Amino acid sequence: MTDLTVGPSSVPGALAPSSGEAAPAIEHGLSARPVPQIVPVRALPVVAVVLAGLVAAVVSNRLWALDFFHVTGGALWTAIDLFVGFVVGPILGRLSVPARVEFSARFMPKMVLLMPTLVIVTLTAGWQLARHEGFVLSSYSHHGWVVASMVVVGVMAVVAIGLLEPANLAVLFELRKPQPDGALIAKLMRRFVYAAGVTGAMQVATLVIMTRLATT
Amino acid sequence: MSTTRPSPLDAPMPSQPPSPSPLSQPAEHTARRLPPVAELAVASMSVVIVAGIYQAAHLPTPPPLGPAEGLLAGAAALLVAALVLVARITPFAWRVFFRVGGWALLAYVVISGMLEFVFVFDHTKGAALVVLTLSLVVFALDIPLLLAFSVARYQPPGPTSRR
Repeated sequence: MTDLTVGPSSVPGALAPSSGEAAPAIEHGLSARPVPQIVPVRALPVVAVVLAGLVAAVVSNRLWALDFFHVTGGALWTAIDLFVGFVVGPILGRLSVPARVEFSARFMPKMVLLMPTLVIVTLTAGWQLARHEGFVLSSYSHHGWVVASMVVVGVMAVVAIGLLEPANLAVLFELRKPQPDGALIAKLMRRFVYAAGVTGAMQVATLVIMTRLATT
Repeated sequence: MSTTRPSPLDAPMPSQPPSPSPLSQPAEHTARRLPPVAELAVASMSVVIVAGIYQAAHLPTPPPLGPAEGLLAGAAALLVAALVLVARITPFAWRVFFRVGGWALLAYVVISGMLEFVFVFDHTKGAALVVLTLSLVVFALDIPLLLAFSVARYQPPGPTSRR
């Protein structure tokens, strides 16, 4: 997260091909860019199946099913946040602007569906699991850790929904324009990657809390 | 993802004024200052989340609802302020705003519905359920407003200033 060069320093002329040999390459990169789909429609049935499975797990009160949804969803959520924030983000910052734009056009639509689904699955199954196990009761010996996990999730929700998701959508809509504003895309993508880094760091806190709860 | 099948949000974007280059400079509508609608929506969402954590932290005993009601009222006030501010923006890309807001609202109604289902399934009742439900309503309105504003603010205003 420390080597993000999405800003003006790495975007000569903020995509404006005013001079130099790089300009035609950048221009070609944007003119040949894929037009992003905002919502990957083909993935919607998968989301519906996952949510139906979650409802079935809640209604059946089966601990294994709740544990499966919570652990699987949480593992994916944590891993994706950490990977995007600390691996993909810095790499993205070093790519050329056309490469960055093309990557975003293919990557960000997937995040529009994937992350909200993982979040709702993880939190709903986790809440039910904690209720069955008695973790949410104020009499539980490590109740403070449980409340701490709620606070961490709350902060992550604010960062993800308040910063990350709006930037994601705004970039996708900008990329659909005939003439995208390169400076705006760079600014929004920088916000996206920083927000992913913050949620990644918060995920480390989640890992500490969850492993602590699981072993005490 | 390359477009192979249109999604509900994939309608063509409004055309922009011609630019000397396909790599356009920042447009006028993206540079203008707008009221703090996004900030208010995020603040409202944050307050609702705090109210939810407050109630959850008191289980199984029903918490004193005064603080939760106060937080809910604050969140609702922030949401109303954001709605008033966004309604006064002229000109604005209302078509994009309502398209994004509508689909986001649908998505968050589903998500909030899941949470409400869990509350009811867990036998949450009475005033606590009312406060939680109203919190979900504020939450489900905050996010579509935030997403719709965040997208529409960078789009060229439509031919009319309203929908």
